[in-house]
Amino acid sequence: MARASKRTKTVAASRAFPQLKKSPSGIAGFDEITGGGLPTGRPTIVCGGPGCGKTMFAMEFLIRGATEFGEPGVLMTFEETGEEMSRNVESLGFNVQSLVDKKKLFLDYVRIEPSEIQETGEYDLEGLFVRLQHAVESVGAKRVVLDTVEAIFSGFGNAGMLRAEIRRVFRWLKDHGLTTVITAERGERTLTRYGLEEYVSDCVVSLDHRVNDQISTRRMRIVKYRGSSHGTDEYPFLIDKKGFSVLPLSSIRLDHKVSKDRISSGIKDLDVMLEGRGFYKGSSILVSGTSGSGKSTLAAHFANESCRSGKRALYIAFEESSAQVTRNMRSVGINLGQYIKNGLLEFHAWRPSQHGLEMHLLRIHDLVDEFRPQVVIVDPITNLISANLNEVHAMLMRLLDFLKDRQITAMFTTLTANRGAEEQTEVGISSLTDTWILLRDLELNGERNRCLYVLKSRGMAHSNQIREFALSRMGVRLLPAYVGSGTVYTGSARLAQEARERAESLREQQQLEEKRKEFSVKRNVLESQIAALRSKLSSGESEFARLTRQRNERQQRLALDREEMGKIRGVTRDNQGVNS
Amino acid sequence: MRNSRVKAKPPKTEATGNATDVVLELRLYVAGQTPKSLIALKNLKKICEEHLQGRYRLHVIDLVKTPQLAQDDQILAIPTLVRNLPQPIRKIIGDLSDTQRVLVGLDLRSQAK
Repeated sequence: MARASKRTKTVAASRAFPQLKKSPSGIAGFDEITGGGLPTGRPTIVCGGPGCGKTMFAMEFLIRGATEFGEPGVLMTFEETGEEMSRNVESLGFNVQSLVDKKKLFLDYVRIEPSEIQETGEYDLEGLFVRLQHAVESVGAKRVVLDTVEAIFSGFGNAGMLRAEIRRVFRWLKDHGLTTVITAERGERTLTRYGLEEYVSDCVVSLDHRVNDQISTRRMRIVKYRGSSHGTDEYPFLIDKKGFSVLPLSSIRLDHKVSKDRISSGIKDLDVMLEGRGFYKGSSILVSGTSGSGKSTLAAHFANESCRSGKRALYIAFEESSAQVTRNMRSVGINLGQYIKNGLLEFHAWRPSQHGLEMHLLRIHDLVDEFRPQVVIVDPITNLISANLNEVHAMLMRLLDFLKDRQITAMFTTLTANRGAEEQTEVGISSLTDTWILLRDLELNGERNRCLYVLKSRGMAHSNQIREFALSRMGVRLLPAYVGSGTVYTGSARLAQEARERAESLREQQQLEEKRKEFSVKRNVLESQIAALRSKLSSGESEFARLTRQRNERQQRLALDREEMGKIRGVTRDNQGVNS
Repeated sequence: MRNSRVKAKPPKTEATGNATDVVLELRLYVAGQTPKSLIALKNLKKICEEHLQGRYRLHVIDLVKTPQLAQDDQILAIPTLVRNLPQPIRKIIGDLSDTQRVLVGLDLRSQAK
């Protein structure tokens, strides 16, 4: 298993650099920046000042080789005894003694006591070779560590001979195909005090431990790696209870899984602005704003909602203690205490100045590994900013990548200065995040009102509106702010504007009423005129009827008269026509 | 060269308590028959005969044959002469060509005058 993984790693490395075989060190991050590890069968110098972690690097290389890659190793120490060394690394969880018992590791402490030694004539260091050979043979070693071989310079007087012998040792190690780590103290102007780098030209790693603003950071740099490309930056690294880890920044690939699932922000109105469904699961959300704009409240809503729906949330606070946040959030109707009690919410508060950046990052890593949250909130990241912005940027990028890789939805708050562009976060991580919510104070008419808008949200049709962000005892509400002619009215200005609008509409209504009355009068007049005309019309009609009737009566009478006359004359109606 | 005990004259009685009567236990560590080792052995024999008649026991240890002893006895330089007894342990490295320094190293200088 270990061998298989080793093979795949070397194959991958040899594809990129066909001429050079590499042995994985097993040190987190180091194999990434060197493209596979240390040069196989060649010596590597690890140099640095006292306390920079040289020995730890070498030990981990050896122990991981023995436990993970099936390569037994030899540790030859010149400064500390084997027992001291095993005790040193025991704190990292390595059991050296059991490896020695299993013949996977061979320890040899070379004690040099100048006061005991009298030099008389010529000698060489053949004893060292005898010991090395014996050690390598007794465990079948593939890896060798010489921990501060320079110590021999203090034990023997003949420097010329020593140099020749050290050169011979390196030659010997190379000839035997041993992947070797040689630690060396940093010199005044040279990488190593005794110029060992002159003899070992394959790979030189420089470690550094410096203190900036009372905060220490460890750095690693690959000074040289013959026949191989490698990261040339200074990489922060740290040594903690899990061992040595380098934090590579540039080798992170962008190949996270993505989710279509959504997660509510805890504020209904905000969810509505985000297609009504909230954030994407596993995305990163940046909440930026000036002080007092409600960033923490927003974060607390999110934490509250996550816990309410049964998700585990990790809340890392750099400004307030757990108790303080809990109390403060109760004022907006959020009870975080209950979730802390039932274990869904884990609250961690520590000072940003407590550690260096790497340590913060690692601490968050550890917390995430232990607690396995679905949601992580860091409030605020601004406080992590130390002297070097690039470092913060790099660290946050790594943190984001780490969280994304685990499909953890992350919310960061960041403080923006009151002046200057608000669309620019101080740490410049906006480009790293998927959703950016901007909280903004608008000062107008002697008051200060909070506004919220979604500046960006990758992969969704988010609202473009600016909403007024109102805090109440019932939590956050987003009021639709009055938007007109490029101006946003909030607070009393909004109320005034609304009043103005109401007055306007009232006036319109009154005008309408007047018009209506006016018209009804007009209608009355017209209607009466119509009535008069109609009565005129009807009287005309009755006249006409009377005349018609009179005419009919008259004609009837004429007919009757004619009949009477005919009767009198004896003429029938039938021949009437003949006669006439 | 074999690991061999170089027989000296039988030691004198050890009951005298005199410092000069203390038996020195010496070990010469070599690694194969290198010129330096051969010279060292020759020089050592000469010194012993001249200054330590009968008051020493000498072992020659070839580390090529018993490499484990290099670690056990903390040998780095070759050749190394170790005085195991009397305590404390003294180490003399080199081909032992400087007799005076060897005597100083073995804490025998006062007698060597």
